[in-house]
Amino acid sequence: MNALAARRRHPAAIAILIILGLFLTGAVYAALAPKPADATTRALPAQSVEEGKALFRANCSTCHGLNAEGRATGTGDQIAGPPLAGVGAAAVDFQVGTGRMPLPRPDVQAPANNEIKFTQDEIDSMGAYIASLAPGPGVPSEEAVDPTKGDAARGGELYRVNCAMCHNFAGAGGALTRGKYAPPIEGVSGRHIYEAMVTGPQSMPVFNDANLTPESKRDIIAFLYTIDEAESPGGMPLGSLGPVSEGLFAWVFGLGLLVASAVWIGAKSA
Amino acid sequence: MSTAPTRPADALRQGDRPAEARPGAAARTVGGVAGWVDDRTGAAKPVGYLMKKVFPDHWSFMLGEIAMYSMIVCLLTGAFLTFWFVPSAGHTIYDGSYVPLRGVSMSEAYASTLNISFDIKGGLIIRQIHHWSALMFIVALVVHMFRVFFTGAFRKPREINWAIGSVLALLAIIEGFAGYSLPDDLLSGTGIRAMQGFVQTAPVIGTYLVYAIFGGPFPGEMIIPRLYSAHILLIPALLVGLFTAHIGLVFLQKHTQYPGPGRTEKNVVGFPVMPVYAAKAGGFFFIVFGILALISAVVQINPIWAYGPYDPSAVTAGAQPDWYMGFADGALRLLPGWLEFEIFGYTVSMNIFPGALLLLPLVYVVLGVYPFLERWVTGDNREHHLLQRPRNSPVRTGIGMAAITAYSVLLFASGNDIMAIKLGMSINDLTWFFRIGFFVLPPLAFWVTKRICLSLQRRDRDTVLHGRETGTIVRTPDGRFFERHDTELTPDQWILVQHEPVAPLELEPAVDENGVARPAARKDRLRARLSRFYFADAVNPVTPEELAAAHYHGEEHEAIEPSETSASGGAAPIESAEAGRH
Repeated sequence: MNALAARRRHPAAIAILIILGLFLTGAVYAALAPKPADATTRALPAQSVEEGKALFRANCSTCHGLNAEGRATGTGDQIAGPPLAGVGAAAVDFQVGTGRMPLPRPDVQAPANNEIKFTQDEIDSMGAYIASLAPGPGVPSEEAVDPTKGDAARGGELYRVNCAMCHNFAGAGGALTRGKYAPPIEGVSGRHIYEAMVTGPQSMPVFNDANLTPESKRDIIAFLYTIDEAESPGGMPLGSLGPVSEGLFAWVFGLGLLVASAVWIGAKSA
Repeated sequence: MSTAPTRPADALRQGDRPAEARPGAAARTVGGVAGWVDDRTGAAKPVGYLMKKVFPDHWSFMLGEIAMYSMIVCLLTGAFLTFWFVPSAGHTIYDGSYVPLRGVSMSEAYASTLNISFDIKGGLIIRQIHHWSALMFIVALVVHMFRVFFTGAFRKPREINWAIGSVLALLAIIEGFAGYSLPDDLLSGTGIRAMQGFVQTAPVIGTYLVYAIFGGPFPGEMIIPRLYSAHILLIPALLVGLFTAHIGLVFLQKHTQYPGPGRTEKNVVGFPVMPVYAAKAGGFFFIVFGILALISAVVQINPIWAYGPYDPSAVTAGAQPDWYMGFADGALRLLPGWLEFEIFGYTVSMNIFPGALLLLPLVYVVLGVYPFLERWVTGDNREHHLLQRPRNSPVRTGIGMAAITAYSVLLFASGNDIMAIKLGMSINDLTWFFRIGFFVLPPLAFWVTKRICLSLQRRDRDTVLHGRETGTIVRTPDGRFFERHDTELTPDQWILVQHEPVAPLELEPAVDENGVARPAARKDRLRARLSRFYFADAVNPVTPEELAAAHYHGEEHEAIEPSETSASGGAAPIESAEAGRH
């Protein structure tokens, strides 16, 4: 140790340290780097690719192109549908499974729609077709999105740091620029939450497994399930929109009740 | 005295008059306890004075009462909360009964607020009553202010009380903000951090101010204890002190009253405090408390557990201050970013400073100064105890509505993101709508309000002069039709004619008879111009002469119906009556 300490001011020391640091970082990264999402991905039957391609051509190719290469609008200055190679089966499952696709009309963003146009088998087939074009995130396994296996408290912390600025503290949604918005995520299934995080639909950023590990994603899903199921302890939550709805309530109902009682007692003869 | 033993020195006092009975002696007969207290304090006379004080009756006079009671409810519930709240930014790990936060590291302030909400019996309802009462306190205070403004109750001799009220209103929102910032949840922490940014934008002194207030460049561990002292001690003491002065002046100056038959500047028509208002106001306190408790029991407010602990890296969508700070937040949202510039290497944040920092005191200074300005313009130095109907002061009513419109534009702008998602609109479009609206809507509101007031006044004149439409259609012998108007002046119509006629101030000549310019001429020109602005198109009440003239026509016109007057004699009065009506 003493010999090492004596040479710590050697001209080569700094270079050796940098090389050592780079080597160690590389080695640790290689050991810990996120693997492709195989472990969390459901296997897709190969035979459904052909069926998915047929469905895709019939329902999606108007905007996305016959081979999912993407298309411009008639005027050529805007994108009708983006190219889909590499978006993965997860994106198909999310977009079609939440009713966002097929898009009924061009808009600032695709709204969630309760009317799902395809069966889950059809969605899976289209997902298999899109996944066959280029590798991309797959549909998560049941285990990966099981809220009972997540830590809701940790998920809450991650949610507040990564998600609340757009989706609001209670998942009630929030505004983005020019009419775009972060949709409410109350009552959204864990699978769709997971898929949204890995694919980054609309204006949402991608939270890949390096940003948020699969366990962290499961924690966030657990947190969202917890606040969905929890009854609101203080009474009516007024849309969980914060002080704006509280102020509106105070002015309309609070003042209304108090003034009505003032009028009533003022009209009472003395 | 006579029973006392005789002493030689008593001779010196032989000519003295016996001491008069103390004024409280009469009250001593009231009762044992009251007499006992009066003997020791002499309270009977002032209390008797207060109890006999007469107050006029009207529901709008109770708006201030609502504010007062909400403040009292805040004081009561606040005292309860201080038993449990820990005003400390010290770190702790939560281990209470709210599962989604168990094991999360947070400040003691936040953990104790969670405990109040979940582990202390009645804690959550008291916290919610405290918060709802705070919101309602300021709502009621603002509406009370509207009533005072639009009825001209701030005129001499009540300008000082108006100024005190303005200070109270400003203190109330500062008190509210301090309370909002205490629990150290994500929303309140964001609010404190935003405030730190606002303070920093003060030109030159910004950074010094931040260090003075926060004890460092960022909101650290000092701000919560400091806000706590301000919230539970300093500001409440000021509020209660000023409020006592506010209500003391109401007793001293007598309450204003609405005009009506028998009500003059010299009397107050109403009921005495004891027993009428003691019962009414006492009962009303419990009604207000009951309504606040009801709201708090069924409607959740500030769910701090859902916001989570404050963390500088996190923020939530829809982060707004409570409504009373909304206008400043809205102004901040509307200010364009290009207003920031650099000068001599210093950044001047005019994109933040005017809205977030300057506006707050400015609004309340303008508010407090208004009565003095109006008195200067009108030159009216008399005392006023009779209220004005808002329509009888069209320009003031217009100014008030313009101010409310400007305030509302800013208030709504602070909710632009919520409006965007709930109405499916673009936040950019909304922001532009409010930006333009801030400049366009107040003048529009002024103009519309003034026209409405003038029209209402004209209708009042018309009602007095030509009475109300009876619905009886009369046909004259020469075949004309007209509707009979009932022109009897009922007591209800007193309020249509009771107000004073007004006219703009006459401009004195700029030079005196010797041709020497008067030094005050320029100021007078401004004053005359403002006076014209206020009163140039005033519609004045019907004078007795006008009324007599109208009645004269009316009688003649009534006379047509039964008797067979000549056609030429009958037609003329009808025409004049119709001409007068339009």
